[in-house]
Amino acid sequence: MVRRRFSFGLVSRLSSPIYGRSPCSGGIWTPCLGQKRSFMTAKDLVESEEPEKKVTNRINMFSAINQALHTVLDSDPKSYVFGEDVGFGGVFRCTTALRDKFGRHRVFNTPLCEQAIVGFGIGLASMGNRAIAEIQFADYIFPALDQIVNEAAKYRYRSGNLFNCGGLTVRAPYGAVGHGGHYHSQSPEAFFCHVPGIKVVIPRSPSQAKGLLLASIRDPNPVVFFEPKWLYRLAVEEVPVDDYTLPLSSAEVMRKGSDITLVGWGAQLAIMEEACDEVSKLGISCELIDLRTLIPWDKELVEDSVNKTGRLLVSHEAPVTGGFGAEIAASITNSCFLRLQAPVSRVCGLDTPFPLVFEPFYMPTKNKCLLSNQNNVILDIDCTRPILFGKRAPHAVL
Amino acid sequence: MALRQAWQKAGKVLNGGALVSPGSTFARALSTSSDPLTLEIPVPFKGHKVDPPSSTVETSAAELVDFFRTMFVMRRMEIAADSLYKSKFIRGFCHLYDGQEAVCVGMEAALNDKDCIITAYRDHCTHLGRGGTVLEVFAELMGRKDGCSLGKGGSMHMYNKKGGFYGGNGIVGAQTPLGAGLAFAQKYLKVDGVTLAMYGDGAANQGQLFEAMNISALWDLPVIYVCENNHYGMGTAEWRSAKSPEYYKRGDYVPGLKVDGMDCLAVKQAVKFAKEYSLKNGPMVLEMDTYRYHGHSMSDPGSTYRTRDEISGVRQERDPIERIRKLLLSHEFASVADLKAIEKEAKKEVEDALAKAKESPSPDAPELFSHIYRKSYGAEAYGADRKESTVKLP
Repeated sequence: MVRRRFSFGLVSRLSSPIYGRSPCSGGIWTPCLGQKRSFMTAKDLVESEEPEKKVTNRINMFSAINQALHTVLDSDPKSYVFGEDVGFGGVFRCTTALRDKFGRHRVFNTPLCEQAIVGFGIGLASMGNRAIAEIQFADYIFPALDQIVNEAAKYRYRSGNLFNCGGLTVRAPYGAVGHGGHYHSQSPEAFFCHVPGIKVVIPRSPSQAKGLLLASIRDPNPVVFFEPKWLYRLAVEEVPVDDYTLPLSSAEVMRKGSDITLVGWGAQLAIMEEACDEVSKLGISCELIDLRTLIPWDKELVEDSVNKTGRLLVSHEAPVTGGFGAEIAASITNSCFLRLQAPVSRVCGLDTPFPLVFEPFYMPTKNKCLLSNQNNVILDIDCTRPILFGKRAPHAVL
Repeated sequence: MALRQAWQKAGKVLNGGALVSPGSTFARALSTSSDPLTLEIPVPFKGHKVDPPSSTVETSAAELVDFFRTMFVMRRMEIAADSLYKSKFIRGFCHLYDGQEAVCVGMEAALNDKDCIITAYRDHCTHLGRGGTVLEVFAELMGRKDGCSLGKGGSMHMYNKKGGFYGGNGIVGAQTPLGAGLAFAQKYLKVDGVTLAMYGDGAANQGQLFEAMNISALWDLPVIYVCENNHYGMGTAEWRSAKSPEYYKRGDYVPGLKVDGMDCLAVKQAVKFAKEYSLKNGPMVLEMDTYRYHGHSMSDPGSTYRTRDEISGVRQERDPIERIRKLLLSHEFASVADLKAIEKEAKKEVEDALAKAKESPSPDAPELFSHIYRKSYGAEAYGADRKESTVKLP
């Protein structure tokens, strides 16, 4: 299958000025007020198969998502956007100007009832409409978990394909934001990855968000679309203005490498990219893969990559035990066992509730990725002690 | 200073004599007493499937002074929290209660320590009412060790075990079934107390509230569902989110009462009535018609969905502290100077607590892992790299 590579612009991440202390292990969120950290994504760019220049706009993620929603509502008269406070634009401005343009019968607020929002969406979708439900924060999606797991995921299966709710897309902002605390920072993607029948899609940047959202809405299966809320304003990129989709269940290689494969999604990729840059100074060449769709995931691409490099590191913000990294690790160990040079590393959030003041300690920061990366590369097979392995001689011995 | 202790002390004062206001170092020449005083509640109650209580309430001068003082402390505390948030001492979320003080203060006047309260995230003042201190509140807001939840909960999760305050809950509506459970325990253990499960007009549309009401009505649990109707669920007006904004009727088979939530005395009367009812018959719904001056939280200016005129109108006409002030002045229980002295003292109390809270240290790093499970449970948690590090949970 021909994989399209897109060229990326600068993704800038401002460090949050809110942090007063830097965590002991350091990390991206250092206490420098207004410090700009910018980096290029897709260092080793693969030439785009389509050389013609697309018309692009430099916008952030919530604007890209807004554009995608405008496109959908324009092109399909039977599409609807609803959720808490979407009418005035939503708490993250993703639904701005939709109600003015398309009317309050297609873009409308719901009361505070997540279970009913998703259930209502399932009903709407099963009559052949595109129902785009917004859950205000992913932390609040749990009342709707029953509807998604027991109704949406099983509708087609249990009716023998007589009915389906493929038109349903549930959008929710997820992930840490620096000050979110217990209930505005969770990453619940692992709960949904356990359910056959739905798709879970997570974009990493504005152009990806627009393409993936358009694809998710048009996909004939129910999709849960998690948007990394930290990147809503901070990620700014050149986004094509036209209607385009990115393929689902297709992971993307962000940078090519030969020593270790790193797999991640969403906002975590920016951290991993920084870690890759740092570790390349030690002579370790990393292959960074954005999974994009978590279920059904692009096993083939990851397997090809691990067969090339022989090592794997997975990183996500959700707690490590039972996170989706566990599925990737188990799967790859199963299929690439004899090729693996070291056990699969997982650099994830700690096994605690998402903390308040301890957030810098909880998060899988750049340095944690670095450490794990180095450990993985230079570790002996029986993991007893780190030795120098192969032709590389890293300067730091751990 | 705990409200309940103050109330008890005030109640013991000699009739007609000078009141030594608790916590002060000098006797104040207020002519307060605990002689019973009857007052009329101006806004009548509205009942649903129950006869409303009489609108004549028994109170006393001492109680009124205490209402004034406590509400003023709460108001100053919330305003101080506002400026703390703006100067980034408080991070995350901060939902302020100013304007709604009459609800928790009036409630406390009718309750004792056998009763339990569980509420949503707008809990700073409710925590004070249940025996918390201003220092604990500020320290918790700033995430410091001296906070009531050891700095691990933050603004939305304040608890007080001795006072029977079960928090402080972030997920909207999730506290109502918990309230039913608390009431069951009280009934089973014959504690002779009620549970007040508080929620807002936004949460009134959550399914779990109706599940909780059904269970409590079925089993006659002594729970009072208190809907603090400040007319806006975040930015959504009540008429836009509820088919029936008459929240006291939403219990259907559960009787309800609509109360003017800006009037301490009305709240006290209603809660007293509801408590008596509930201990005998089962659940009841109280709708407190109240108003919040701030926006939903500190990230909400509060003026995009309502006019500034509306906010200032309510402040002028219905402000709970002004109402009590007018009562005290018109009945000549206190002079303007007396009230100013009380205000000054309250401001000082809040400032002192603030200064002390700022000096409090942050929780130690191992607290990240403590209290996930019960202590010494023997569980292990994994560090960021599951292969490399494990942590034995304390």
